[in-house]
Amino acid sequence: MAVTMLAPLAIILVYSFLTRGAYGGVEPPSTIENYMRLRDPVYAAIIFRSLWIAAVATALCLILGFPLALFIARSGNRKNLYLGLVILPFWTSFLIRTYAWMFILRDTGIVNSVLQSLGVIREPLPLLYNNGAVILGLVYGFLPFMVLPLYATLERLDPSLLEAAADLGARPRDTLVRVILPLCAPGIRAGAILTFVPCLGTYLTSDLLGGSKTVLIGNLVQNQFTASRDWPFGAALSLALMAIAIGVLFTVRRRGEELL
Amino acid sequence: MASETVLELRQVSKAFATHRAVADVSLQIPRGAFFSLLGPSGCGKTTILRMIAGFENPTSGEVWLNGECINALPPYQRNVNTVFQGYALFPHLTVQGNVEFGLRHKKGSDDINRVNDVLKQVRLEGKSSRRPSELSGGERQRVALARAIVLQPDVLLLDEPLSALDPQLRKQVRSELRDLQRRLGVTFLFVTHDQEEALSMSDQIAVMNSGSLEQVGTPREIYAQPRSRFVADFLGAMNWIDGIGVRPEAVTITTQGRKAFVIGVTYLGSFCRIEMKLESGETFAAQAPPGSSYTTGQAVCFTWNREDEIHL
Repeated sequence: MAVTMLAPLAIILVYSFLTRGAYGGVEPPSTIENYMRLRDPVYAAIIFRSLWIAAVATALCLILGFPLALFIARSGNRKNLYLGLVILPFWTSFLIRTYAWMFILRDTGIVNSVLQSLGVIREPLPLLYNNGAVILGLVYGFLPFMVLPLYATLERLDPSLLEAAADLGARPRDTLVRVILPLCAPGIRAGAILTFVPCLGTYLTSDLLGGSKTVLIGNLVQNQFTASRDWPFGAALSLALMAIAIGVLFTVRRRGEELL
Repeated sequence: MASETVLELRQVSKAFATHRAVADVSLQIPRGAFFSLLGPSGCGKTTILRMIAGFENPTSGEVWLNGECINALPPYQRNVNTVFQGYALFPHLTVQGNVEFGLRHKKGSDDINRVNDVLKQVRLEGKSSRRPSELSGGERQRVALARAIVLQPDVLLLDEPLSALDPQLRKQVRSELRDLQRRLGVTFLFVTHDQEEALSMSDQIAVMNSGSLEQVGTPREIYAQPRSRFVADFLGAMNWIDGIGVRPEAVTITTQGRKAFVIGVTYLGSFCRIEMKLESGETFAAQAPPGSSYTTGQAVCFTWNREDEIHL
């Protein structure tokens, strides 16, 4: 198990220190040039954009997912039905669901044609191929990863604590801030990590919904292994992505412990 | 002790989907009293407490606090506080944090001295930075108490606060709680299914049975002059013979009186419980000194004083 997990990583590590071959693949000599190229402002901008898009998508998942998880946790014997609905999209391919969003958002898509036929707009709205569409696609795709851990902590929350808070004079809002949120911190952390990390590495969503304008780290990595045939740089990029993800993970963990 | 009424229930009823939990209960609780709601589990006493706290709405009837109908007020606007059965302490806050929790919502009362004072009252001075998980059961119970009394409620509602403690501690906490109530002068509404608890602590007891009030009175009245068979039986062991009730401790085993034979002897430390069978087949219980040597099958006679009879 450890071998099957570590072997591909080891190969990527080795590749990242080699020189690109003329037709793809890798050749000696070994070099750190691939890592030095990451300092290029073009790549820094892509990394920065990936970070903030992932951050915004994670924040939106939390804002949307928390009330949803709370609602499910309090819906008694319908819990399983609602949880099933949350997981239902996983039963079809993510690729197909992303294509479905293209049909909804494109110039001749459902949203624009309905708005045009109602006379609300004359020209189609530019809904597709921008950062907004990418964030929408990410939130749609990864919301369940936020909802499930949140649900798990909310479900275990002792209802008598909420009554105790009200009894001691806390309005529903105070109860949320002073009791529910602190007690759900582990779920929020888990959900944030489970959402942020895949959002950071996404390439499918940004490729299909973002078009050529929104290149993220994931797309850059993909390009190195396909069109650019620069495997060593692709390997270096994906290791950089991993380092960022691990860095975020540790920060969230430490900050979380301080807050509690 | 004819003092003013602080809390009043006026013909309060509560129906849930499947059953009627509380049926037409009217009660007046005097300010400063230690008032107990006593009854078996499921009799509706906790539902009454929850309606006073505001967690349940009465199906009909009114709850009055300080001369004001509070039916429409949410829990956070009622000047009553609850000591929950499982204490419901906030696990993410320290003892201090738990006790301060409610002060933040009360205008102009965030007085740190008061927190210290209350922690001293319940003997938790040295534990203010502990988490609830680091405390014993008795300490947790005192945090729950401190958290509520620091807010100086008009009525403190206690939902079986001793049931989570072990029996040894329970007896000690009874007198502590009673002393604290006297010292603070806060009205206590104490819910329990334990008649000994209610008898030993209360100024007044209301006995409940399947959603209705059976009797309200002082511990002595309730015990010595029960108005229904249910109250008589619930407050302690009771023999019934020819429509008359006699408590076992009022029965004397002698050489004259009704004839019976012993069918069981149970040694209970401070006394022996003697089970007897009359010729008519009825059973009768009596208390005898711990040193007495009755044996099963022995023929005995017993009698009791007229004034100890309970007529219903």
